[in-house]
Amino acid sequence: MKLPYSWLTDWIAVPWAASELGERLTMAGLELESLAPAAPPFSGVVVAEILSAEKHPQADKLKVCRVAAGRGEPLQIVCGAPNARAGLRSALATVGARLPGDLDIKAARLRGVESMGMLCSAKELGLGDASSGILELSADAPVGHPVRDYLQLDDTVLDLNITPNRGDAMSVIGIAREVAAICGGKLTGPERRPAVAALADTFAVSLDAPAGCPKFAGCVIRGVDNRAATPLWMRERLRRAGLRSISPVVDVTNYVMLELGQPMHAYDLARLDGQIHVRLARAGETITLLDGKSVELQPDVLLITDRSGPVGIAGIMGGERTAVGADTTDVFLEVAYFSPDAVMGRALRWGLATDASQRFERGVDPSQQERAMARSLALLLSIAGGRAGPVAVARCDEHLPVRPAVLLRRRQLARLLGTGFEDARVQAVLEGLQMRVEPACEGWRVSPPPHRFDIAIEADLIEEVARIIGYEAITESEAAAVEQFRSLPESLASEQGLLEALAMRGYQEAVTYAFVDPLLQSRLFPDSHALPLANPIASDLSVMRVSLWPGLIKATLDNQRRQQERIRLIEHGIRFEHTAEGTRELDTLSGVACGLRVPEQWGLPRELRAPADFFDVKGDLEALFASLGAGCAFRFEPATLSCLHPGRTARVLREGRPVGWLGELHPSLVKELDSVHTPVLFELDVAALTVVRPAYREISRLPHVRRDLAVVVDESVPLSRLAERVTLSASSLLRDLRVFDVYRGPGIEAGRKSIALGLIFQDISRTLTDDDVASLVAAVVADLRASLGASIRE
Amino acid sequence: MQDLESLVTQALGEVVACATLAGLDEARVRWLGKKGALTEQLKSLGALAAAERPAAGQRINEAKERLQAAIEARRDALTRADIERALAAGRIDVTLPGRGEGRGGLHPVTKARLRIETLFRRAGFDVATGPEIEDDFHNFEALNFPPNHPARAMHDTFYFPDGRLLRTHTSPVQIRAMLSHGAPIAIVAPGRVYRCDSDMTHSPMFHQLEGLKVGESVSFANMKAVLHGFLQAFFEKDLAMRLRPSYFPFTEPSAEVDMSCVFCDGKGCRTCKQTGWLEIAGCGMVHPNVLMASGVDAECHTGYAFGMGIDRLAMLRYGVNDLRLFFESELRFLEQFRTLGP
Repeated sequence: MKLPYSWLTDWIAVPWAASELGERLTMAGLELESLAPAAPPFSGVVVAEILSAEKHPQADKLKVCRVAAGRGEPLQIVCGAPNARAGLRSALATVGARLPGDLDIKAARLRGVESMGMLCSAKELGLGDASSGILELSADAPVGHPVRDYLQLDDTVLDLNITPNRGDAMSVIGIAREVAAICGGKLTGPERRPAVAALADTFAVSLDAPAGCPKFAGCVIRGVDNRAATPLWMRERLRRAGLRSISPVVDVTNYVMLELGQPMHAYDLARLDGQIHVRLARAGETITLLDGKSVELQPDVLLITDRSGPVGIAGIMGGERTAVGADTTDVFLEVAYFSPDAVMGRALRWGLATDASQRFERGVDPSQQERAMARSLALLLSIAGGRAGPVAVARCDEHLPVRPAVLLRRRQLARLLGTGFEDARVQAVLEGLQMRVEPACEGWRVSPPPHRFDIAIEADLIEEVARIIGYEAITESEAAAVEQFRSLPESLASEQGLLEALAMRGYQEAVTYAFVDPLLQSRLFPDSHALPLANPIASDLSVMRVSLWPGLIKATLDNQRRQQERIRLIEHGIRFEHTAEGTRELDTLSGVACGLRVPEQWGLPRELRAPADFFDVKGDLEALFASLGAGCAFRFEPATLSCLHPGRTARVLREGRPVGWLGELHPSLVKELDSVHTPVLFELDVAALTVVRPAYREISRLPHVRRDLAVVVDESVPLSRLAERVTLSASSLLRDLRVFDVYRGPGIEAGRKSIALGLIFQDISRTLTDDDVASLVAAVVADLRASLGASIRE
Repeated sequence: MQDLESLVTQALGEVVACATLAGLDEARVRWLGKKGALTEQLKSLGALAAAERPAAGQRINEAKERLQAAIEARRDALTRADIERALAAGRIDVTLPGRGEGRGGLHPVTKARLRIETLFRRAGFDVATGPEIEDDFHNFEALNFPPNHPARAMHDTFYFPDGRLLRTHTSPVQIRAMLSHGAPIAIVAPGRVYRCDSDMTHSPMFHQLEGLKVGESVSFANMKAVLHGFLQAFFEKDLAMRLRPSYFPFTEPSAEVDMSCVFCDGKGCRTCKQTGWLEIAGCGMVHPNVLMASGVDAECHTGYAFGMGIDRLAMLRYGVNDLRLFFESELRFLEQFRTLGP
């Protein structure tokens, strides 16, 4: 909210300059967003009166004026403004003046006529964006007086951020109340005069929905001149507060809204048809609003209606049909109380956030309608003339908000804040906030004023005390620590440990969005249902990810475009499995390797200079599983997944249960996505990555014996079967089994492969003899021949 | 015996001329072996008169010892030379790069989060988590946001067609943690949160850390001490902190937390917009309605809660000036944060 400092000083003697005021308000919870001067700097501009204005002899559009500027002889000024006329008091930039934009005013000849300065428009003085002529000052403006002083332009505008609980602070009087509470001052404000009726006319108002509108003050004003000029002082204040001047009627309603926080609305009386009913909308009703927009109304929308239909949405915006215009002479003025519940959330449906709706939905003082009406009438009649009827107030008191007294306990104040304050201080703070404070047995019984919608419980009062005294008055205090051990399950791998294990193998952690491109995701996972967002921020971020791969693949491609040749990324996050039973959030660790097997370096054999494939990433996963103490518990089983290469995909199993995937991206996708290399992808359920606590097993001190075998089997025999047979047939003396070569080619029949195995035997209690080992190997060989049709290469 | 002397001279000459250890060994056999020339000399002693034998024997033995010593010396020299040659041949350029896999690293936001978690764990807080897809009850209603309340409009919420939503803050974890553990409780809950907003300083997904402590007399003064202690520990700096009154539906009293700018130490710079302060968190005393919605007796308990942006803490800690960099997965950016440790 924009608040001119000078306006505030009408209401209270502010003991601080604007910047300190801003600081004090900030520390009381009304945050200062910015401070701005009310007008840009200029000098040498004075109030001047045009004594005569004659047509310029050489130019149709120019006038030659004699202008009194207070001192010495009248000056001759050439002026092009259509409103330059004898008797007008305006702003004169004298020779030597400097205007905004570093414009220096010098004596000049215009079409042969000398001009000793310039009569200024509001725009030229930085007081508005557009203007239709030179500034029109009031007839009693002191000639010769600097315009800056006269218009109080050395003023500062505070832009305050008002939190949604403080509707009461969205006005000059509201801020003045805060200042009074902080500095202990008294509110002054303009003189309050009750309105005096000069007419008997009233306009009937019926409150058909009294819960939403329990109070409606109305007044008929006839004979208004809505073409009259709003006085400059009012236009200036509106401008500084961020509003445009429109017409006397509109300006006055806006002015009083800014001043007292009470929004109001003026109807063109001639266009109102029959009496007013304040009621809820009927399904399908529509209204065309002041801004020309037509909206459809729902049955929870409160309307102001006449016999022909809606004339305004209560507390939000008036309708076009009954809007006041330049020709309006008779006005019906509405000053109502609409309950926050009747306004909240409605304006947003039509993308509106009006000054009125913002105030009503936060809460407007239900006791101030008469005062706001009186203030508006006083201002309007003095500006635009006319005669007003009596103020008629329709009300339904049982629906007006009540503010029950709240008990504030001394002990609870000290307990919640961790520090206590003297009773007198607490009482003074609350009374400074216009609360009624009565002593009660444990503290005080406090009745909040009607404008405070945010005081309902004890904690609200404690906050008021704390914020006005200042949060800095509460000293930090450490809580008493209790020695207490929390459980630390060794089976839970630390997140840092998991990530570091992969980081040490070259993977860089990334964080990608949880919503992804539906096109890419359905291309990867055509059978998965993704949960769509109702209001995505972009079409390519519109469904929840069913896997971390869409994000990682996109990141891989992005990095390739940035000339990164070797990419290894991991991500730890949630994937969203969406089925008929509901949505499951699965804690997931995924990765991608794309590009060189190891970083480019010297002295590598050729096969290490190739792009990474399945086995490189499998090695990374095996290392990760080994760090869980569970290398043997995990298995890789051939499987298929539509986005992966059908012959290079494995389901990862732990103790037989599927816990993840590993595979190379399908070649057709590699091509489609235009990836330089084939991405190798893995995805693991973090829940499966538990640690097996190490348990010591005795180490044999005796020598081991190694025997190598080259076993030739059919291509269809996977190593896992071979290893299984060897392990079964070799007895428990087999301590380790290594694969050190896989060979196909000359010497081996087509369709078969030779696998070189290293069998390591060891006993815990005795040294194995050659004969022992020979018989063990013979058993293995016999088994392999029988079970797998293997032959042994010598 | 003239003969012996010339033999020795000849032998010594051969030994010195040996260029290899193998050659030297052959020379040794030739002269000192069982059939070696000097060994043969001893056999000739029998031909001498008995009186001459001791002296002649001694001379021959002395000659053998001299030759033996010469051979040893030569062996040492040749061995040393062999080692020198091997060393020279094995010389490498130690400035060539090392071999093998490089190191990746953790994301800077993860680094900051782990650091924050570690600090709070040490201070007695547990780490809790909650779902990212939430319902209206946990994200708003239980946190004392009435339907249609203007405070909801500040959360640009992502919705699903069935009315569920992506959590707009980590505060729902407060509710879940209290519902399942009751009070007393002390947790921090880090995680991803989502708002329908994207520009220079906003990302539709970012990270928050929620803190909650509820007990019999947990006070605002305790909250101040914890937040100040945390900020000083996280930034390893003796920085100032102030609380400004503010409004959150789920706390009362509520405050914004400002800390003195870590770049200018509160003197005023571009980052802090010349104010000397950086807004770093929101906090307050848990609203009784929230305690009640979470099954905690609001008369017997008080508590505080706070929320802060992990991304912002990471930006300030590592000097990152654009939030969006965190979510672009650019390796050249991510690689800058490979250091160990929280």
